[in-house]
Amino acid sequence: MHNAPLTAVTHNTAGHTIARRDPVWVRWTLILFAVGSLTLLIVVPVVNVFYQALAPGLRGYFNNLVGDPDTLHAIGLTLIIAPIAVTANLVFGVAAAWAIARFKFPGRSLLTALVDLPFSVSPVVAGLMLVLLFGMQGHFGPWLREHGISIIFAWPGLILATTFVTLPFIARELIPVMEAIGSDEEVAAVSLGANGWQMLWRVTLPNVKWGLLYGVILCNARAMGEFGAVYVVSGHIAGRTDTMPLRVEKLFQEYNNPASFAVASLLTLLALVTLVLKVVVARKTRRDLEEAARESAPTGGA
Amino acid sequence: MSIKVEGITKRFGSFTALDNVSLEVPGGSLLALLGPSGSGKTTLLRVIAGLEPPDAGRVLNEDEDMTQTSARERNVGFVFQHYALFRHMSVYENIAFGLRVRKAPKREIHDRVTELLHLVRLEGLGKRYPSQLSGGQRQRVALARALAIRPKVLLLDEPFGALDAKVRDELRSWLRRLHDEIHVTSVFVTHDQQEAFEVADRVVVMNGGRVEQVGAPAEVFENPANAFVMDFLGNVNVIPAQVSNGRARFGSLEWLFPEHDHGDERAATLYVRPHELQIERSPNGGGSMRARVDRINAAGPVAKVFLSSLEGGMGLNVEVSADRYVELNLKTGDTVYVAPRKVRVFTPEYVI
Repeated sequence: MHNAPLTAVTHNTAGHTIARRDPVWVRWTLILFAVGSLTLLIVVPVVNVFYQALAPGLRGYFNNLVGDPDTLHAIGLTLIIAPIAVTANLVFGVAAAWAIARFKFPGRSLLTALVDLPFSVSPVVAGLMLVLLFGMQGHFGPWLREHGISIIFAWPGLILATTFVTLPFIARELIPVMEAIGSDEEVAAVSLGANGWQMLWRVTLPNVKWGLLYGVILCNARAMGEFGAVYVVSGHIAGRTDTMPLRVEKLFQEYNNPASFAVASLLTLLALVTLVLKVVVARKTRRDLEEAARESAPTGGA
Repeated sequence: MSIKVEGITKRFGSFTALDNVSLEVPGGSLLALLGPSGSGKTTLLRVIAGLEPPDAGRVLNEDEDMTQTSARERNVGFVFQHYALFRHMSVYENIAFGLRVRKAPKREIHDRVTELLHLVRLEGLGKRYPSQLSGGQRQRVALARALAIRPKVLLLDEPFGALDAKVRDELRSWLRRLHDEIHVTSVFVTHDQQEAFEVADRVVVMNGGRVEQVGAPAEVFENPANAFVMDFLGNVNVIPAQVSNGRARFGSLEWLFPEHDHGDERAATLYVRPHELQIERSPNGGGSMRARVDRINAAGPVAKVFLSSLEGGMGLNVEVSADRYVELNLKTGDTVYVAPRKVRVFTPEYVI
């Protein structure tokens, strides 16, 4: 496991040398093909989102965003739900990554597989699972109604659905980083008298901070953009349980294209910001991994 | 403060890493755990540190049982083989760590860290990060960090294992001087016999989870307790022999071996160190064997001569002083006579 980042680096360099030896026409054909398909599939639609959103002019654009109380509520709801889901996954992700990277226990590989489950389950199915558990006809439905707690068609359901769908992001990012860094520094901290919390806050988290931030960024982007699972549990009650992606869909169904694209442009903007952050943080994470690989290699030196 | 280990046993699955090991580390001494890899030396160190719970036995500190005390509360300084410095903390913060988690006042931390930076000769490097230091400097930071908490005992796991030969030599003699200065009870693990002999007051030779011999370096080197110790301490000629009637024989050579005075002949092994073999140009009576010079390495304070015996064809490895080498005027292919000055005979039961 320790060598993984090293081998990745070697592959990269090897790839470069081979690419440079290819004839010119092969290189240019490949580059043009890649750039062309990216333009067609990504750049054009993204630009179109902003074009459509800004079609009614700047004033119309802002009016579309802030003039409609239901749209405003949807933006607010997304801004509340995403941080809660990210926080929940932060706690879960650190705990799961620590357990998987640091301990050998029966069921360890099962836990690793379970962490990935939300990636392989269709979000719609994830939403349905929640409805079957907490809905009126679900297992806990009657009990919840007796106690006046609503989960489905209310914000707790939105949070559960979003958390479930984004569960793997942080743990997945942390496990390889923690495995590469190893437990030596943590053992050293304990031998120097640190208790569990001191070790976590002073040694473990600072060491994985870039990997953790990377996971948080990805998790947040997905949490804000989640549609399928949220669609099933929300009941899309305008002004109550509509999130931004649901609002985009509803406005679009109402043939209110400019308003729909205005909200969509916000989500797209978020995606672009995420992309930039992701590139910056990914670079720092990779540097940490390479450093860890160098340190664990038993080379001496004056 | 003295450390006592009583009947420690530690198993990992079906592998027994430590098999009923008992040991005493006198207060203020510097002791080396010496052995090949897999001999249990690092496991023993980790048991003393509380990083590994033993399956049986006790660890005592000044007669106080600390087997159940957690590593955190044992107040033991541990220096790890690969330093394990906190990569995101400066040298200063690394050294201060043990004091910070103990919530020591700022002033005290500052004084102690400054004192330690001076002790390990890293003044002015407090703001650097571990990645900006050389291997030797990192090891000294690791040492300062372990010493900052004023440990009852200092434990070092292969402290020089990851360093260049030259830096290793410097750090070795520096560690010895440091120990003479601060006198903290110390145990270090090594697989390098030269390192153990050079640095330690006492050497514990371990093998297969057991202690083979304990003693001062000279004592262990001159009087190895058994064949393993002799062999492990390195650079030794192994000669197969027969013993019977109080004598050990190899070819025409004979030595007294009163421990085995029966008439029935049995196999034994003779061990002779390279410097205990003597090369002569002519036979000196019965006590020498004929050999041919295969190769000579005259670089260094002693000349290393590689011979093959003409009786039995076995390779021998002899060290002669530079003066003697000039006197003998040896050349590859010469026929010479070799006589052991000192021989150790080991049979499964007998030792001389």
